Amino acid sequence: MSPTQWDLPPELCCRPMAFVALTGLDVVYNAVHRAIWDAFCANRRADRVPISFKVLPGDHEYPKCRTKRTSYEWYIPKGILKTGWMNKHLNLVPALVVLFYELDWDDAQWKEKQSECATKVEIVRTSLQGRNTKVAVVLIQKKTPLPPGEDVVASERAAALCNACDLSGKSLFVLPHTDHLVGYIIRLENAFYEHAQTYYYNEIRRVKSHKEFLNKTTHQLLFVRHQFKTGFFSELKQDTQNALKHYRSAYGLIHELRAHETNMLEIKTLAGFINYKICRLCFQHNTPLDAIAQFRKHIDLCKKKLGSGDLAFEHTAWMSKQFQSFGDLFDEAIKLGLTAIQTQNPGFYYQQAACYAQERKQQASQFCSHEPNVTYPLPDPLETLSGVLDFYGQRAWRQGHQSIDPPDPDREKQGVLALQMKERSVQHSELIIALLSNAVAQFKKYKCPRMKSHLMVQMGEEYFHAKEYTKALKLLDYVMCDYRTERWWSLLTSILGTALKCSYLTGHVKDYITYSMELVGRASTLREDQKSRIEKNLIRVLMNEVPEEEPNCDAGSVRAAQGLWGERLTLAAGNEFTIEVQDCVPFIQCKARFLSPSFHVDEPVQLHVYLRADCPHPVRFAKLGVSLSNQEYNQYCLVEEACKVKDILEPSSQENMCLVPGKTRKYCFKFVAKTEDVGRKIEITHVDLMLGVESGRCVYLNWRGGGGDAASAHEALQASRSFKRRTRLPGQQLEWDTVSVQASTMVISRVPRISVQLRHEPPALTNEMYCMTITIQSEEDTVARDVCLTAGLKPGQDANLTQTTHVTLDSSEGCDDAHPALLTDIVVGDLQPGQKMEKKLYVRCVNTGSRIFLFHVSYAISSTVEGKDIACKCHKVRDETVTIDTVVPFEVAVKFVSTKFEHLERVYVDVPFLLMVDILSASPWPVHLVDSQIQLASNMAAVDLPQSQVAAVVLQTGECASECFSLKCPPVQNGTSTVAAGHYLISWKRCVHPLTCQPLLIIVTVPVVLPLSHPLPPRTSELPSFGRVRESLPVWYHIENRTGMVQEVDVSVEPSDAFMFSGLKQVRMRILPGSVQEMVYNFYPLMAGYQNLPLLNVSVLRLPSIPSQLLQRFLPTRIFIKVRPPLHQHEPFLTLCYVMHYIHTGC
Amino acid sequence: MAVCVAVIAKENYPLYIRSVPTQNELKFHYTVHTSLDVVEEKVSAVGKALPDQRELYLGLLYPTEDYKVYGYVTNSKVKFVIVVDSSNTSLRDNEIRSMFRKLHSSFTDVMCNPFYNPGDTIQSKSFDSIVSAMMVQSS
Repeated sequence: MSPTQWDLPPELCCRPMAFVALTGLDVVYNAVHRAIWDAFCANRRADRVPISFKVLPGDHEYPKCRTKRTSYEWYIPKGILKTGWMNKHLNLVPALVVLFYELDWDDAQWKEKQSECATKVEIVRTSLQGRNTKVAVVLIQKKTPLPPGEDVVASERAAALCNACDLSGKSLFVLPHTDHLVGYIIRLENAFYEHAQTYYYNEIRRVKSHKEFLNKTTHQLLFVRHQFKTGFFSELKQDTQNALKHYRSAYGLIHELRAHETNMLEIKTLAGFINYKICRLCFQHNTPLDAIAQFRKHIDLCKKKLGSGDLAFEHTAWMSKQFQSFGDLFDEAIKLGLTAIQTQNPGFYYQQAACYAQERKQQASQFCSHEPNVTYPLPDPLETLSGVLDFYGQRAWRQGHQSIDPPDPDREKQGVLALQMKERSVQHSELIIALLSNAVAQFKKYKCPRMKSHLMVQMGEEYFHAKEYTKALKLLDYVMCDYRTERWWSLLTSILGTALKCSYLTGHVKDYITYSMELVGRASTLREDQKSRIEKNLIRVLMNEVPEEEPNCDAGSVRAAQGLWGERLTLAAGNEFTIEVQDCVPFIQCKARFLSPSFHVDEPVQLHVYLRADCPHPVRFAKLGVSLSNQEYNQYCLVEEACKVKDILEPSSQENMCLVPGKTRKYCFKFVAKTEDVGRKIEITHVDLMLGVESGRCVYLNWRGGGGDAASAHEALQASRSFKRRTRLPGQQLEWDTVSVQASTMVISRVPRISVQLRHEPPALTNEMYCMTITIQSEEDTVARDVCLTAGLKPGQDANLTQTTHVTLDSSEGCDDAHPALLTDIVVGDLQPGQKMEKKLYVRCVNTGSRIFLFHVSYAISSTVEGKDIACKCHKVRDETVTIDTVVPFEVAVKFVSTKFEHLERVYVDVPFLLMVDILSASPWPVHLVDSQIQLASNMAAVDLPQSQVAAVVLQTGECASECFSLKCPPVQNGTSTVAAGHYLISWKRCVHPLTCQPLLIIVTVPVVLPLSHPLPPRTSELPSFGRVRESLPVWYHIENRTGMVQEVDVSVEPSDAFMFSGLKQVRMRILPGSVQEMVYNFYPLMAGYQNLPLLNVSVLRLPSIPSQLLQRFLPTRIFIKVRPPLHQHEPFLTLCYVMHYIHTGC
Repeated sequence: MAVCVAVIAKENYPLYIRSVPTQNELKFHYTVHTSLDVVEEKVSAVGKALPDQRELYLGLLYPTEDYKVYGYVTNSKVKFVIVVDSSNTSLRDNEIRSMFRKLHSSFTDVMCNPFYNPGDTIQSKSFDSIVSAMMVQSS
């Protein structure tokens, strides 16, 4: 876009930098000069001093300085600020002119060159006549200079040169053309910068010095001008703080000016400039709040300065520009690191700028709509002699004029007319859209989605006004769904209205239909008559006619649109449209439901579709179809009735295919599910409703799933919360809200008519063949074919159970690990009606615990539904599952005891001991012990032939059977520590089981023993089982030495009250290795009953580690003494006396 | 006084919206709708604080050239929005607060009505009259 009069001049918007002119450089032909110039221009980063350099020829003519005014007494200023002033000081009048001259200190022609240089300086000075611009000389030298003070010639000649050129020593520089060019250049430019600073400082003082000559009545404009100039020079001097101060006072002064219609534009223009400078500096100083406050103040002050009524658009244009340029400044500051927030970001300023631009457009259309015979005034009042204005913000036809009334009313009129005519050619919409899209970009950044949508709607409307209907449609369509999902119907309706117009004007049939349907529907807030008009148009479109035009459209566009629609009529193809309703709220609502969440395969699936129209007039449709996940059923869910074209407009409410507004209509469908679909879900994928005629133009409304559009979910929720009584409407009418969608149903198998019964006696015993009797009885009316039974452990339990449970149908063979846990599809055959069948199932559970068993019967049967024969499968699961506990039949305890029934921790070689077995029944059922058996290991021997003592015993619950076996451990090889004793086997079965049933075997491993060899086991032999009172009882003790050495043994007998005895009472003897010492005692019992035998103490002197108790345990300690028959009472007594004597004297 | 009063549901759709009849009604609808951006932002920022310390009054949401928009959020996330003319400088913050309080108590009355289905648009006459009292009397 070319700059308009409202755009800020570029010299205002740039950052002012000191202007330094370089002369004497031949940058085109001289490589050295080129390198120097490049070093000045290249890499001007922020760390270099802010100077703008320019190469000028040595004889360049600088702008002439006007003669300085000595008195302001008769001076009347013509304006506030000249248009050329800023540019003059930025680009034309340098702060410093630098003359480059090639001259070495030891140059042969020093004198000549010195005078040439002086001449050049003089030329520059002359062209700068009257300016305070400084002049400096830089000598380009080939040699590296010596350190200061060492080169006497140099200092002499330098002084001479300064003298010749009339320069101060500070203004003469040397630039050796060596390797370190950039370093020298940077030092040079720093020196230049200092000179420039001084120049601008002097300029500021010069401007300030005018102040004392001014008076407040005639020189008000100059106060503003001088403050502005001071501010601008301060900026050039890079003194932004003072610049800001001066600009602020300039801003204050400008509002003190007398404002009237003729100078209003000038004041506002300058106020805008100064405000721009202030805001810019505030952002630069990182005080954004100051900038915003200044801007607000500026707007508040200027808002009411409307200016001429005929040129009201100028004010709004200016306002719009103010907001826009502040937005730009704000945005620029953000790019440099400022953070903005949601409620304070550039977007608001762009938005407001757009707002004023819209107002401007409105005013322009109001003031600039001239009669066609009004022509642009000639001569052009906007033309000036120079082509530009002298002062900012003045009128071209009366420049410099500062009185309240315009000098020439006719000329004024012509000028205004010229401005109005110019305004007419402005592309307002373009401006507005550009500003809006700027704002959209900002609001997007600052999380304002709704503001963004709003602005996009405005953009769309603006495109509509600009007759760019396709663009408008695109934008509006984009934001529409935001308003729809947030349920702001009023806003949606307004957007839809515009969109409808756009689609009408562009001849977009599908969009036209979609928007019409929504505008006619329940989400629209339009009045009934408007809806009626739109519906009639919609029906026209469906009948392939041209719709009536939309109101408030551009007449030219309407004519074009009518042509377009006419073309559409003749078009043969592309007249079928599908509208997905989940993205809009159409005027027909739909709900589809299966009557039940599941149907048995032998009953028909029922489906109802409810339709309701929300439009003002009844509407007729041609086809209603439901698509299901299995498309084979679709043919059963179809209502079709081709309607004649003329019927659409005159529907009678009685007909099936006509929807009357506000009434719910129900369509029922019924079909028989296929047997393949048993166990599957039937879903409604979509419901289609066709409007119009297939031959002409037709529209399919497509509801996904069981109906529902963009608004229905919320409505259903509200309806469910509602307190409203669900009243029965008269007749077949239904309350719409009470209908709920049921979009899917399950097809499930037929209810089986067969009974499965189970007989068994839990709990099961471990390892037994647990018998379960299954009785299957048919209750069907026809033959049940292919009856199959699945029985066994229910899958999905602990994996261990599968391995420890085995199922078989055959009881004769054992059931081992090879048998599965679940028998599937045991073929049973066909069952006649009423027939009964039994099956026995044997289960072996290896370990205890509870198990869930499954019994499942399936069969096929033919049946007739709705006149259709179907073969359906039935499944019967008996009470789902059976849980069976398994318990151990009995607990078997095995232990070793000595022959004295004392608990044995270890057994001794060759010493007999007992194996004791206790069998405790834990079974709730009587258990029959068939037999028991001991299987001894090779290194274990039975003392005599072991025989079962519990065979054929029946144990009731809790009863215990015991038996024992006498065993002996033969000598073992040295080094063998433990000896396996063997196994104990019990064969058993349940009492109730028939004889055929095999007994089961329990094998108990007898614990290992630790046989020890005893070095000197004493033993008795032939101790009778009983003695008699006063009858001699001889006892032989044997002590065997099993060691390899002679053993010395002490043997003593302790006296006992119950016995007299004869034999060695105390003796010490030696036993040879391997020999046995026999000792005989003759006991004479004195008392009857169980008596303790006299204790034999044996102690081995060589082996004190063996206590006598250990030796004693092998010997009997007690004996039963019977009473003696009363015959021959005295004789034995004598014998006794003799024996006693013998004992007392014998040793 | 207010030029527009709106009650917005938790799900951000309007339950009640009324503006001075003299001006473009749609413009106010847009103003209220766009102000929800700021409301949501403020609520989510406050939401992190303890719930019982939450101030219902959100203050000035954002100023436009012509209007000032104030917001208020109930504990059930129902929003009240009041739009005031920018030129009306006499209106103090306290007065806005008391307007919101009045609105809130009247809204509570509406909610207490057993015949009112929460989530439906408000059609209560007494609520209407309370709002009317707050609105600029268009003469």
